[in-house]
Amino acid sequence: MGAAAEPLLTVEHLVMRFGGLVAVHDLSFAAARGEITALIGPNGAGKTTVFNCITGFYKPTEGRIALVHGAPTLWNELDALTRRGDRSAQTADGALFLLERMPDYLVAQKARIARTFQNIRLFAGMTVLENLLVAQHNPLMVASGYTLLGVLGIGYRGAERAAIDKARHWLELTRLTDRADDPAGDLPYGAQRRLEIARAMCTDPVLLCLDEPAAGLNPRESADLNALITSIRDDHHTSVLLIEHDMSVVMEISDHIVVLDYGVKIADGTPSAIRNDAKVIAAYLGVADERAVEAVEAEVGL
Amino acid sequence: MPGAVARFDFFGVLKGIDFIGALKDAGLTALLAFFLLLPLIGFNTFQDIHNELTLAARWPLLFKFVAIAGVGRLAWLITIAPWLEWRALKPREPSATATRLRAVFARWFAPSAIGFVLIYPALVLLLVGFTGAAKWVDNFGIQILIYVMLGFGLNIVVGLAGLLDLGYVAFYAVGAYSYALLAKTFGFSFFTLLPLAGCLAAFWGILLGFPVLRLRGDYLAIVTLAFGEIIRLVLINWVPVTNGYAGISGIPRPTFFGIPFNADDDGFAAVFGLEFSPIYRTIFLYYVILALAMLTAFVTVRLRRLPIGRAWEALREDEIACRSLGINTTNTKLTAFAMGAMFAGFAGSFFAARQGFISPESFTFLESATILAIVVLGGMGSQIGVAIAAIAMIGGTEILRDLDFLKYYFGQDFDPTQYRMLLFGFAMVAIMVWRPRGLISTRAPSVFLKERKTISASLVKEGHG
Repeated sequence: MGAAAEPLLTVEHLVMRFGGLVAVHDLSFAAARGEITALIGPNGAGKTTVFNCITGFYKPTEGRIALVHGAPTLWNELDALTRRGDRSAQTADGALFLLERMPDYLVAQKARIARTFQNIRLFAGMTVLENLLVAQHNPLMVASGYTLLGVLGIGYRGAERAAIDKARHWLELTRLTDRADDPAGDLPYGAQRRLEIARAMCTDPVLLCLDEPAAGLNPRESADLNALITSIRDDHHTSVLLIEHDMSVVMEISDHIVVLDYGVKIADGTPSAIRNDAKVIAAYLGVADERAVEAVEAEVGL
Repeated sequence: MPGAVARFDFFGVLKGIDFIGALKDAGLTALLAFFLLLPLIGFNTFQDIHNELTLAARWPLLFKFVAIAGVGRLAWLITIAPWLEWRALKPREPSATATRLRAVFARWFAPSAIGFVLIYPALVLLLVGFTGAAKWVDNFGIQILIYVMLGFGLNIVVGLAGLLDLGYVAFYAVGAYSYALLAKTFGFSFFTLLPLAGCLAAFWGILLGFPVLRLRGDYLAIVTLAFGEIIRLVLINWVPVTNGYAGISGIPRPTFFGIPFNADDDGFAAVFGLEFSPIYRTIFLYYVILALAMLTAFVTVRLRRLPIGRAWEALREDEIACRSLGINTTNTKLTAFAMGAMFAGFAGSFFAARQGFISPESFTFLESATILAIVVLGGMGSQIGVAIAAIAMIGGTEILRDLDFLKYYFGQDFDPTQYRMLLFGFAMVAIMVWRPRGLISTRAPSVFLKERKTISASLVKEGHG
């Protein structure tokens, strides 16, 4: 992470316990604006738990998760906001959100964090286009006068046309235009993955959280996915937080990698730094020979 | 000539039938019917002159039913089953005329159905005259339309939002009692109280919605079932207000924009220079409930295309995904409950105005079950399916009263209406075997880019949470 990169999301001292099980322990990291941050680690390391805490699906046991829209000077407000007990602070320059205080739908609606799921969650019985329109629910709801005007047929047509145009834009980017009127459940696996990303992007997020987007994709589809994610970062000014096992994706497109093992952060840095990190090699990528194992074990204190 | 090969060779097929097997099968069916119907039809309990409960066997009636089952099965096995088999073997080539006819049917079915219900009272008057018309307009027209409307309303909750509501009749009762009490106490007119009754029912819908928001599936069904019973028990026990079991009578009847339907000098018939007949009120009521049912259908169709309707359907498909897209699922569920309850409230206040008398007996669980059965049989989410199911279920039970010819076979004291529930159950089983997702099970998308394709039922989820 370069010194110039200003943080968009900060996670501080995050702890998540389920009964006696500590899924995440004292995790702190930052995701920078305009970057792709990857969260990696072996199975059961607590990556999805971190995602669920950030997107409001879980309430963290301890810790602070903050997100800024607009000027970085808002970070100075952070402690004041925490003490005040509010969920968010709005100023002329932007807004600051404390995500651990917000329910899941407000994280998506107000803090504008969109996510996808490890096991794809599409609206299978609705068409591809309908899936993308459901994602634009909140602006469309306002346009339809919270349904009251819409039922009378006042002023909704234009808003719907704009929503369809935006959906069409994302259909083109994800190469799904031909399947727009097919039920989402009929799409092949790779297309369902792309549709879920398109649906998340239709909410106009500032941060897109992708939970294993390359799982189950073949190498060609993986390469396409890389291009799509980089284009989301570069052309749509959306930062990306990524959980991934596929190293060809992680190492190629990430600007910054955070490595978790047993709920604890073991490394944090650029892809090249992570690639050579002894703890990461031990915990995640495996080690080359017996002596290296011993050396690593001595280092981590086993 | 290839055409000759495909012709139905009746004698060839007949030779292929295993008659001994068919007889065995029919015998087995008769035996099964015997044991199944023995407790249902074979025994009858009645109170004798000493007021004691007595058990009587009805062997002739039982054996008539068993004979129907056995002979029917045999007839099926040697005629229809071979024909179906032959048809399945024949290569299918859907002819151009058949495809075109189907397209014409799909295009014109809804408009012609609406046209038919609009001229229905006139048609009845023309065919059976003034004296017999009341039965056809009231028992068939109005009664069916009330259930069509209730079905449309429940369809929003169960079919679109996927929330299984077993206490829907509670909102129907709220609407009916709201109209009855407010009209009797304050003397407001029907059309003033109609929206008010709808709002009150919607309010109760939201009130029920809050505690059940976190429940899913079976748990939601149980709590809504309990809610329906609570409302009914309150109506029974809150005697100072609701008059308990005795119910409320003398509820003001709706007027034709202020002109009452009676034989007075300022009554409807006198004002329009007609001979007095109670049928005018019935026809007026028919058009009122028709307008209400059409309003419900229209609003539901509109809502489906608005963001709220899509959010309901998305909620049925996947609630967690909805939340990840910033949809407030609490509000979305509550609006579904409120909308469904509001239409039940309209229907309830109409019911009270039409009957002139209401009591808690009209709002039992059986009513909820009937309405839910209409929605499930019709196909969840489908308007036309629900209308057809309501006609079949309610019209079917009404028509049982007119099946006097059955007495020639079953004996003079045979009363077909007593078999209502049995037929009801058979119909349910039959539909669930042949069309497990209801009569019309495909889903029409609410919006399309190039072409509207219907979505097969196997992909659409049922929700219930």
